[in-house]
Amino acid sequence: MDLEIRNLSHKYNDLEVLKSISLEIRSGQIVCIVGPSGCGKSTLLRMIGGLEEPTSGGVYQIGDPPADSLNPLTYIFQDFALLPWRTAWGNISLVLEEHKLGAQAVRERIENVLERTRLTEFANAYPRQLSGGMKQRVAIARALAVNPAVLLMDEPLSALDSQTRELLMDDFIALWQREAFTACYVTHNLAEAVALGHKIIVLSRRPGVIRNVVEISVPIGERQHGSPELIEIQDQLWEMMREEALSADRELADV
Amino acid sequence: MSDLAQRRDDAVTTSPEDEIRKVRYRGGGFSPKPRALIAPIVFLVLVVIWELGSNFGLIPPIVLPSPSEVVQALKDLIQSGLLWKHLSASLYRLIIGFTCGTMLGLAVGALIGLWSYPRAALRPLVAAIFPIPKIALLPLFIIWFGIGEGSKVATILFGSFFPTVIATYGGIEAVDRSLINMGQSFNLSRWSIIRKIIFPSALPAILNGMRISASISIILLVAAEMIGAEYGIGAYVLLAGNLMSTDQLIAGVILLSILGLIVSYLISLAELYFLRWRR
Repeated sequence: MDLEIRNLSHKYNDLEVLKSISLEIRSGQIVCIVGPSGCGKSTLLRMIGGLEEPTSGGVYQIGDPPADSLNPLTYIFQDFALLPWRTAWGNISLVLEEHKLGAQAVRERIENVLERTRLTEFANAYPRQLSGGMKQRVAIARALAVNPAVLLMDEPLSALDSQTRELLMDDFIALWQREAFTACYVTHNLAEAVALGHKIIVLSRRPGVIRNVVEISVPIGERQHGSPELIEIQDQLWEMMREEALSADRELADV
Repeated sequence: MSDLAQRRDDAVTTSPEDEIRKVRYRGGGFSPKPRALIAPIVFLVLVVIWELGSNFGLIPPIVLPSPSEVVQALKDLIQSGLLWKHLSASLYRLIIGFTCGTMLGLAVGALIGLWSYPRAALRPLVAAIFPIPKIALLPLFIIWFGIGEGSKVATILFGSFFPTVIATYGGIEAVDRSLINMGQSFNLSRWSIIRKIIFPSALPAILNGMRISASISIILLVAAEMIGAEYGIGAYVLLAGNLMSTDQLIAGVILLSILGLIVSYLISLAELYFLRWRR
């Protein structure tokens, strides 16, 4: 299943947030959206998954999601969004309880995703007992449990410290290599974008328009940390964003 | 060790003429710690002083009877079988009134918290009725429901209803939006989101509201029983006052204190159980 965003614009009252955004997310591809803070990249992601409605234009699914996908468009949130009164296991079972799978199938699914995210021994831990990285792993496991067709990730690593970020980054790459998933990954961190993206969309400051699209041909598994090729792309991206970030930084927040 | 430690020592000793002072610890205090024995000791000392004061005639018996007389009054109450009669009458009113008030309060609070129309319709009404001291409505309830159990239960019901409504919709309003969004993003049904996300989120606030409404209920119970009841702890206290028998009066007050403590203990137990994920 592919996703296509056609001519999407959004206004909050009179404030133009996003302007004629068109882009495609192909099956098996990771599309990264980068941009200065306040450019509407998170809003765009919320629209892609139907959590917010654009003023005009829309998001279209091309083709059917795989038959075994319980929730084709699945989010991974920056703040994890785990229920504090449920254990890791309970947080994952939450999203399966409404599907008529049968207790055995539910258990197998949860065990499988816990194993894939290396959380098996933390199944009975409450979120408050887990570190930030572990919490996000639980959220990733929860997302994988519903067999998503497209993963929508809203700065999933931004609430974590830099070491944990590196570790989870490796996990993402390992997961993708094990089974190529489709994803739209919003971040302000260019290193993340360069390490994960097949395609990097650079948004401008408000009103957000697509400033540039950068494609990276190096396969994700072969991307070496700090290879000159990637660094060059990252610098290029930074050049594009620098001015925007500078003026975005000097903007009053409450316009 | 201790290449590093060694080097650090060197650094300290290099200039021997400097005076060496240890950094003074100044981070203590301001954190009360549990001291288990103090409370019972204070209690015992107070009772002993009271008993001695009464025995030596420093406290006139009509003002305050000695603790032993109060204990005697309690014993009489138990032996005559009147204790159970008073207590059961009070508990019956309290349990029915409080339970119904809380249930209705939860339902109305959920309506207000979750849906726009009930919210627009009911919130101003609640805001208008909540500040009325419910005891002022007792005469009206007596006219409506009679001097018997009806008016007393209704007063307690009313008194526990409003704090529960307010606590419930307040708790629902404070639910983390991102958790609701998460539920929606996984296509959970509306009912699932209410039951599995909103209700548990609001539970701490609801239990807090129950603590308040329970103490209000006890106040209203006693007040209602003082206005017109044959049995009940409030009636017992009032009668003792009319007869100037302060020993019975104090015994009744002690019963009320115990009742209040038990209720608050039960709510603590509920918190401990339902909010165990918070610890």
